[in-house]
Amino acid sequence: MGQPEREERTRMVDQQQEAVLHPQAIISELKKNRITHVVWLPDSETNFMYEQLLAEPSVDLVPVAREGETMAIAAGLWVGGKRPVALIQNTGIFESGDSIRGLGLDVGQPLVMLVGYRGWDRHGVSPDSAAKFIEHILHAWGINYYLVETDDDAWRISLAMEEAERESRPVAVLVGTEFGA
Amino acid sequence: MIKNIDACRAIEEHRGDALVVTTMGAGNAQFGWPQVTNNQAEDIPVGGAMGKASSFALGLALAQPGKRVIIMDGDGSLVMNLGTLTTISETAPPNLYHFVFENGVYAVTGGQPIPAKGKINFKEMAQGAGYAAAYDFDNLEDLATNLDGIFQQKGPVLVNLRIIPEIENTPIHLRQRAKRNTVMAVEEVRQALSAG
Repeated sequence: MGQPEREERTRMVDQQQEAVLHPQAIISELKKNRITHVVWLPDSETNFMYEQLLAEPSVDLVPVAREGETMAIAAGLWVGGKRPVALIQNTGIFESGDSIRGLGLDVGQPLVMLVGYRGWDRHGVSPDSAAKFIEHILHAWGINYYLVETDDDAWRISLAMEEAERESRPVAVLVGTEFGA
Repeated sequence: MIKNIDACRAIEEHRGDALVVTTMGAGNAQFGWPQVTNNQAEDIPVGGAMGKASSFALGLALAQPGKRVIIMDGDGSLVMNLGTLTTISETAPPNLYHFVFENGVYAVTGGQPIPAKGKINFKEMAQGAGYAAAYDFDNLEDLATNLDGIFQQKGPVLVNLRIIPEIENTPIHLRQRAKRNTVMAVEEVRQALSAG
């Protein structure tokens, strides 16, 4: 496949994806699971959630300067009786390794990490190393994960929440698309 | 300069019902918080996450707005996680009191200097990040005199303490450890807070 054809195909796939995953689908899952805080660093995959998250009265946004803070802040919130999630990009997972180990896995924090899947391509041809490594890294840590691409997949967030609570450990949800406006 | 144990003792005298998060030298089993605490059930030692104890304390403060949260941070820990100053400033919990034990070294690894030792100014950094207030003490008397007023203020407040380094060169496996570790404390405090 030549470069123009690849770009055209990518554009079409992006348009399809933008039409099928909307912020409200994610937010309604957070509300259903009584999530109190979203600890996050914005990324392009979850950018379109920002305004609606800000407007959602049941959820407090906690913006961070660096992704490694998210698991530690979430751990404090959890110990204090709240129900946080982390919302970061896969690149942030790489940056957060010791926080995930020390204040996620070691302390048994039932944290769901919503992870923007930078470089994700359902055809598996992404040249982005962020996409190449993320699932391998999660496997290495023994962190289970679910993929959400469309509104129809959003229920998997509840599945991840149930698993995190049941197993007392972090679970990831890879957001493999950009959100519809 | 202030001895580590004296700083801990002074803070303990003003603790009230605060939750206390410790890391590194401040939480040292021989010359730190475990030697002086009067309410271990609400202490949480946080190690092993590369400087994230202040981030943990921030989450705790946001979750428990009716209780004061004291974080006893290390200078090496804070420079590993400097972005925490802006994150704390942005969320601005009025119940968070951030003490930095500045001894200028990585004491648990043999006393190597932290980056910018002697040049860094944590009080000015906290002020620049937007903390409600910031202080810097290099003697125990001034610290003890001002603590009551500091705890009357709304946070986030940063209090930098110039601490005499106490360097551990004993092999790791021979060092005295605090009996209560992060995993135990997290579970105990979580259950205690959820019980109300």
